[in-house]
Amino acid sequence: MRLKLEKRREPSMVMLVATPIASVILTMIIGVVVFDLMGINGFQAVKDIFLTPILASYKWQDVAVKAAPLVIIALGLSLGNRAQVWNIGAEGQYIIGALCAAGVAIAFGQTGGFFVVVLMIAASIIGGAAWAAIPAMLRTRYSVNEILSSLMLTYVAAQVLGYLIGGPWKDPNGRNFPATAPLLDSQSLPILFPGTTIHLGVLIALILPFAFWLLMSRAVFGYQVRVVGSSPNAARHGGFDTRNTIWATMMIGGAMAGLAGSLEFSGVLHKIDLGFASGYGFTAIIVSFLGRLNPIGCLIAGIVLAVTFVGGQVAQTTVHIPNSTAGIFQAMMLFFILASDILVRYRVRLIPSTKPIAAGE
Amino acid sequence: MSLDAIITFAITYGIPAIITIVGLTTPILLAGLGELVAEKSGVLNLGVEGMMLVGAISGFGVTVITGSPWLGILGAAAGGGLASMLFAVLVLQLNSNQVATGLALTIFGTGLSSLLGLSFTGRIIAPFLSAFPASVAKDPVLKLLFGYSPIVYFALIMVPVVYWFLKYTRAGLILRAVGENDHSAHSIGYSVVAVRYAAIAFGGAMAGIGGAYFSMVITPMWAEKMTAGRGWIALALVVFAGWRTGRLLAGAYFFGFLMWLELFAKANGFGTSLPFLQSIPSQFWAAMPYLMTVIALSFISSRGTAGSNAPACLGKPFLPST
Repeated sequence: MRLKLEKRREPSMVMLVATPIASVILTMIIGVVVFDLMGINGFQAVKDIFLTPILASYKWQDVAVKAAPLVIIALGLSLGNRAQVWNIGAEGQYIIGALCAAGVAIAFGQTGGFFVVVLMIAASIIGGAAWAAIPAMLRTRYSVNEILSSLMLTYVAAQVLGYLIGGPWKDPNGRNFPATAPLLDSQSLPILFPGTTIHLGVLIALILPFAFWLLMSRAVFGYQVRVVGSSPNAARHGGFDTRNTIWATMMIGGAMAGLAGSLEFSGVLHKIDLGFASGYGFTAIIVSFLGRLNPIGCLIAGIVLAVTFVGGQVAQTTVHIPNSTAGIFQAMMLFFILASDILVRYRVRLIPSTKPIAAGE
Repeated sequence: MSLDAIITFAITYGIPAIITIVGLTTPILLAGLGELVAEKSGVLNLGVEGMMLVGAISGFGVTVITGSPWLGILGAAAGGGLASMLFAVLVLQLNSNQVATGLALTIFGTGLSSLLGLSFTGRIIAPFLSAFPASVAKDPVLKLLFGYSPIVYFALIMVPVVYWFLKYTRAGLILRAVGENDHSAHSIGYSVVAVRYAAIAFGGAMAGIGGAYFSMVITPMWAEKMTAGRGWIALALVVFAGWRTGRLLAGAYFFGFLMWLELFAKANGFGTSLPFLQSIPSQFWAAMPYLMTVIALSFISSRGTAGSNAPACLGKPFLPST
């Protein structure tokens, strides 16, 4: 007997949906076993990381607020990944987006209100897209690998942030601490439910997946992205321009990351300090894969990842494991989902052992 | 300025500066050499930062337990190598996306090292210093040559070794062939997967030792995320060097120099004596390695694949057509 992989003509829909769920469950099981082996209460750790944030209703707002940027960034990245455009610099675009919003807020001084908030959001979208335009331009003009260039620019963005908040934008009343001045209430995003932390950005993160779903399934552009990604030759014959697709998907990816940056700034943190970039741009790549590059999938996967972030903090206090342990689980989910990809594209067959086939066959 | 004054100046400022630069360079040189070999075989492993962190805690942990820094280095290499095998199995056996798998490895390594480091927090070891006797290692001038950790000399020795291996050995030729054209290499009977396993493992081991330089030499203790993004600089370095070993060494020291400028500017070390340099923010120097890499990459790429030393199969999964 041996195993044989047979390529499927169409990717299996069942596997497409079943494998992410199986990945999460497998991660939980392995988590319990490994933690127990390490002498930590594995059941408690996994329960706190994956279930407590769902079961305890007072944690829901934390999950929603954490999920919002992940979902928004992942939507943009999924579009690019579908077209085989690998923007892994969302973290940098997120930073630049937030900085643009902060720049608008600082320029308006004590003036706030609806108009200023809208302008801040618009600036962040343009800023994020502009930062992503650099790798797009380098790729289309000089065929520079966008994986490397977008990644490098993330670190440049982090230094731009460090420079601005430590220099020209430093809060004059901040005891020389490198951070911007706290955002005025009138320049911040409205809170949807009084008494919670749920801001307007959460609503945006709930609506956008459906907009992207319409774009992907109903619009010509969505079709173009899928064709360019799956068969570049067919795309060329069909008159779809690869360059345009690279530009469009990179810019949308950057715009979404920039938007997420400003929503996080004006909805949650209200100031930018050195800890502002917390890795959402990188985690969103996991979200995008766990969500199978599907907009609705991204919404669900974003919530799952947010649960592990919130749960990681819970486990920190209950079983005393470092906060970053949640990263082990996030990475394991991604490992499993990547490993199971093969089940989507191939059918596993058991082949009874036979005599060797005669030469010349 | 008299000759004596110049010599005094060099001893007080120049030699410490060079020693700092060597320290800053060594981890990225080690990780860069490893990644260079992996990329030459056609594999883009973005998990360098994660492997460095796993190496940092493995090296530290083994040193604490056994008391031997030499075993610690072996432990760091083993830790980094084992971490890289996670990536290798997924990428080579299951043809998973290399970018996503590498990123997952970095996130995994960061989390795993924090978890493993729990029981070592607060422990201190004797820094793994001077390979040479104190008489030369502590001499104010001779320490320029003899005052470093054995890891520094190991990194420097590995440069010609990797160069010689890639250029003049049969195994190195096969490795490059696999990275250049996996299907041709496969059709003349070389195992693409086996070669890439070995290259990834080497990359992991080297990153592990590079990470251990932080926990065993620079600050002889464990701290979460202590490699502070140097794994990404190592990745940039390989690209900056245009996938050439000699340039990797030069690039590593150039990046090390930029990192030193950043530290110096942060400490306001230029003072008022150099008003031009003083006016440049430290963040400018910190961003330079990445900016230079993007610019170098643009030059390399615009020349087309013919003039470039980039492996043609970099990042692409190998799917034999049988």
